Amino acid sequence: MAHSGINVLFEGRNLIRLFGGLWTTVEIAAVALVLGLILGVILGVLRTFPNRLLRLVLRLYLEFFRIVPTVVLLFLFYYILPKQLGVNLPANQVATLVFALWTAAEMSDIVRGALISVPKHQRESGMAIGLNRLQLYRYVLIPQAVSLELPATINLVTRVIKTTSLLMLISVMDVINVGQQVVEANNQKYPTGVFWVYGIIFVMYFAIDYPLSWWAKRMDKKRLERANG
Amino acid sequence: MAKQVIKVEHLEKYYQKDHILHDINFSIDQGEVVALLGPSGSGKSTLIRCLNGLEPYQNGTVSFNGDQVVPTEKNWQKLRQKIGMVFQSYDLFPNLTVLDNILLGPVKVQKQSRETAKAAAEKLLDQVGLREYENVYPRQLSGGQKQRIAIVRALALNPELMLFDEVTASLDPEMVRGVLNIISKLAQDSDMTMIVVTHEMNFAQQIADRVLFLEDGKILEQTKGDQFFKQPQTDRAKEFLESMDF
Repeated sequence: MAHSGINVLFEGRNLIRLFGGLWTTVEIAAVALVLGLILGVILGVLRTFPNRLLRLVLRLYLEFFRIVPTVVLLFLFYYILPKQLGVNLPANQVATLVFALWTAAEMSDIVRGALISVPKHQRESGMAIGLNRLQLYRYVLIPQAVSLELPATINLVTRVIKTTSLLMLISVMDVINVGQQVVEANNQKYPTGVFWVYGIIFVMYFAIDYPLSWWAKRMDKKRLERANG
Repeated sequence: MAKQVIKVEHLEKYYQKDHILHDINFSIDQGEVVALLGPSGSGKSTLIRCLNGLEPYQNGTVSFNGDQVVPTEKNWQKLRQKIGMVFQSYDLFPNLTVLDNILLGPVKVQKQSRETAKAAAEKLLDQVGLREYENVYPRQLSGGQKQRIAIVRALALNPELMLFDEVTASLDPEMVRGVLNIISKLAQDSDMTMIVVTHEMNFAQQIADRVLFLEDGKILEQTKGDQFFKQPQTDRAKEFLESMDF
């Protein structure tokens, strides 16, 4: 057992480096999510306004980010933007920006969907007591939309976290990238190390994402119980 | 002579090419209760919804307290504090308690202090016998209770005109009486000006000072309440009353 592969994790600073990589991943995902969700709510609300031009522009924005694969978006922002526009951002910031814009796009659709599924009578009842548009959204439509959209939002969050595994492609030192380096550096000594390194990365992602999807499922169940209760 | 609360002149309404309301003219004095009667699809609900700007109209004018309304969203939004409306589907806001449903208008729109508004709201809740429900959520109420709260919510803004759009149409028959009693009491005690769209002929006869009878988007007759039910002026209205088993 002297050469058991699991020891690759305890060799040198390997484990600490892996956790460092995880921290980068979490940091990028967290900042991107906070920015993206806020922007997404605003865009989603705007997408329910009657102005056609505004809706068209926001729709194009959504479709662009939904249709173009995330990898392509990352390359686009990482390689093409600096060349064409002279904007030079560090890889971590490019990643955060791309993920924030992507989250905002997806979130805007979730919010819009939830808002338009609040019954029309609710809107009219709100208008009938003299609420202006801002108040109508603030007190009537958004609170009702939130309970409808929460499970979908959490699903989006888990998707965004998972997709951070692509960040190594633009050389962000995320957990996958660190893992790869550890594997390559220790390949001679620990031929089965790859299994253990990716194994622990699996556990890390699982530990973050699973509670979220469990929470989403539970909330959806509760909402249905309330609605049919 | 009593003050004229609302006046409608030459009102025309289209949905795309469909002509929904034809040259509607009438006016209502303060304290008057007008029942809007007519067969389904005659445009009653559309007409009443034009009176607080929930439906746009293409031609004609609505005047409120003598001032012609310039039909922008902003003007209607201000006027809606003075024109209360209750709908068939009693849409209380499910995310708010009964009390918060009622206070939303007075506190957020009219900027009353919460204490003042709360005292007034509780008084109204007492009148409809639902004071003990002020902290529950709408989903815990029956249809009739919800509709009574919806009436209180509209009254809490101290409106000068109340619009009732088939408020008992989706209620359980047992609940209808309670809701109608509240409206009758409002007509008698507080001298409220009201327009009531209803299919309850007994109720209409009991409270209406005047009846507007609509068919195919036209006002066929305007008759005093007691006279309409005994002796309608048009054959169509007579037929209508007979068909309602009245």
